[in-house]
Amino acid sequence: MKKLISSLLISFGFLFTTLPAFSGTVIIESWRNDDADAWNNKIIPAFNEKYPDIEVVFQATIPAQYSASISAKLEGGNAGDLITLIPFDASLKLYNRGWLASLNDLGGLDNYPQVAKDAWSTDDQSNIFGVPMASVSHGFMYNKEIFDELGLSIPKTESEFFAVLEKIKSDGNYTPLAIGTADTWAISTMGFQNIGPNYWEGEKGRKGILTGDEKFTDSHYVELFETLGKWSEYMADGYQAQTYPDSQNLFTLGMAAIYPTGSWEIFTFSQNADFEFSAFAPPVRDGQANCFIDDHTDIGIGLNSAAKNPEEAKVFLEWLTGAEFAEIFANEVPGFFPLHTHSIAVNDPVANEFISWKDTCDTTIRNSYHIVGRGEPNLESVLYEVVSGVVNGTVTPTEAAERAEASLANWYEPHQ
Amino acid sequence: MKKKFPTHIIVFLFPACFIYSIFMILPLLDTMRVSLYTQNLLGENMDDSSGVRTFIGLRNYYDLFYNENWSWHFWNALKNNFYFFVLHVSVQTPIGLVIAAFLSNKDLKLKNTYRTLIFLPAMMSIVIVGYIFNLMLSNLWGIPQTVLGLFGLESLYQPWLGLKSSALITVSLISIWQFVGIPMMLFYAALLNIPEEILDAAKVDGSTGMNTFWRIKFPLILPTIGLMCILTYVGNFNAFDLIYAIKNIYAGPEFSTDLMGTFFYRTFFGYQHQLGNPTMGATVASTTFAIILIGVIIYLYAFQRRITRYQY
Repeated sequence: MKKLISSLLISFGFLFTTLPAFSGTVIIESWRNDDADAWNNKIIPAFNEKYPDIEVVFQATIPAQYSASISAKLEGGNAGDLITLIPFDASLKLYNRGWLASLNDLGGLDNYPQVAKDAWSTDDQSNIFGVPMASVSHGFMYNKEIFDELGLSIPKTESEFFAVLEKIKSDGNYTPLAIGTADTWAISTMGFQNIGPNYWEGEKGRKGILTGDEKFTDSHYVELFETLGKWSEYMADGYQAQTYPDSQNLFTLGMAAIYPTGSWEIFTFSQNADFEFSAFAPPVRDGQANCFIDDHTDIGIGLNSAAKNPEEAKVFLEWLTGAEFAEIFANEVPGFFPLHTHSIAVNDPVANEFISWKDTCDTTIRNSYHIVGRGEPNLESVLYEVVSGVVNGTVTPTEAAERAEASLANWYEPHQ
Repeated sequence: MKKKFPTHIIVFLFPACFIYSIFMILPLLDTMRVSLYTQNLLGENMDDSSGVRTFIGLRNYYDLFYNENWSWHFWNALKNNFYFFVLHVSVQTPIGLVIAAFLSNKDLKLKNTYRTLIFLPAMMSIVIVGYIFNLMLSNLWGIPQTVLGLFGLESLYQPWLGLKSSALITVSLISIWQFVGIPMMLFYAALLNIPEEILDAAKVDGSTGMNTFWRIKFPLILPTIGLMCILTYVGNFNAFDLIYAIKNIYAGPEFSTDLMGTFFYRTFFGYQHQLGNPTMGATVASTTFAIILIGVIIYLYAFQRRITRYQY
């Protein structure tokens, strides 16, 4: 028995010593094991060129287990120094429980627009606990070969957009719009949140919903639902049963001309599609001068309040805010865009197309996440329902607007 | 002589009772207890460790039945669930009975092959069944269009799984297709149990074919049919996996395929960006339990106690 205990002790001791425990090591917790190569081979070496004394270890877990495992680790006090964060409430919860340090005094945070910082700030913006890392943008991907074949040009306005759809439809060989309503999140995220910012004028409308100055029953939201309702005429027959993977396949097999989507598809699509494709920004409403795009904050990184090497970790965080990181990240993880205000060079042409819109258009994030995303039922899931209902033709645009507003009024004071 | 206290009975009962109490009764009671609390989902400040539960009595139940945000989903799920059950009983049970009646025919060739084939889907993983049917009924890669096209009926094709009006029927029929083997097996076993003498006596009295089935065999297997109905009831109100595999937890379109199981899952575990609400989930679970309990009690008192059992 004694032998057993001592051997157990030895093996435990061995376990601990194999962990890089010497001072100056910064451990990053992340769910992005897809990006492990980019971190280990490009990002960390680039950091070490400047700061050779600080060792950085990228430690990724399985995405589905991340939220649960990171809470457990933080609670048990054995989490890494830096914690990769999903946006808004789930991370705010970690901060509220005192597990994340405030980063108010971190240099370099000016390199981000406020909208990017909102995802990892307290509601009143007085405390920021995460450095914004990457975003995903919405837009429309199109099959260049089909566009050439039918002699179509890229639509800039909504009426041009519907004219293009009409032409593809009358040609009859291709599905104009590759999207379905079986996965309600897909039509809501890639439809409503995609063209929506043009209707509610980006940040103005998003803030308007937060303060209660704008209501979903306002005319521009009803018009937005009407426009989405018109999409159904250009979707594949039986789109009501078409799932998100169905839509992806429809587009990558060259059977559809236009795919309302987001930048995260770039990586897989460039591997699967054997035709040339590119992207265009959400067409503006007729007569509208400014354009607005959705550039949704998706990945951030925060500092463990019980970090073993907080100073070194902060040095790394500050480096993340710089242009060097932005450029490496944008090129190594295509489709995920750094949230910095720096202009950066990206090699992937489609990713570049997405980035170029930020020069001319104002950016915003999905309007259903910040604060209004936490009620019961939250705005996001209500939108899933009503948007798919409108496109299915089972809910009228006015009903949809009323239902969205009613759900907010149920729990959110500014709308009561 | 004084009778000795039967210690051995307690000893023998203990393991089963103990395990059942620990893993079934206690969690059940605790679920009911938790359903009387509310929980702060998002810790508001540093001192507030989120997860603190406050006692609120029957408030959750009131919300579930009367607060429109909950009640709509609850009544919708309950209605769908009854529909799901009625379809199972009125379609699956008769089909199972007919197949069992055919199989119990002594002159049938390849009896075992049929039995195995019909029972086979019930042994398949629901995920596979869901996936296959999703593909088969797909508007893009599915087969109904082609099959209907052979008869010039292509225009009859609809995306059945995607329409509010037909999604629940379609899902129910898929479930019926998969599990029709179970009532078949039970009825088949019951039919085989009927002693030859009774059937011979019927023959001597001049009864044949359908008459024998309805007058002799059917009354004899009636208890099994009742049992099958209550098993279907319990199974249907606990159903979750098929909807999850085919329509995901959103039970679309517009919750038209939502059952108590999927409603519970969404409430308890949360879903995309909606934090789970464990106490409300406990309320839904307790309510489902009550519904099943009521159904079983009705069956036991109204049906099983009155039924005539024939000894043979």
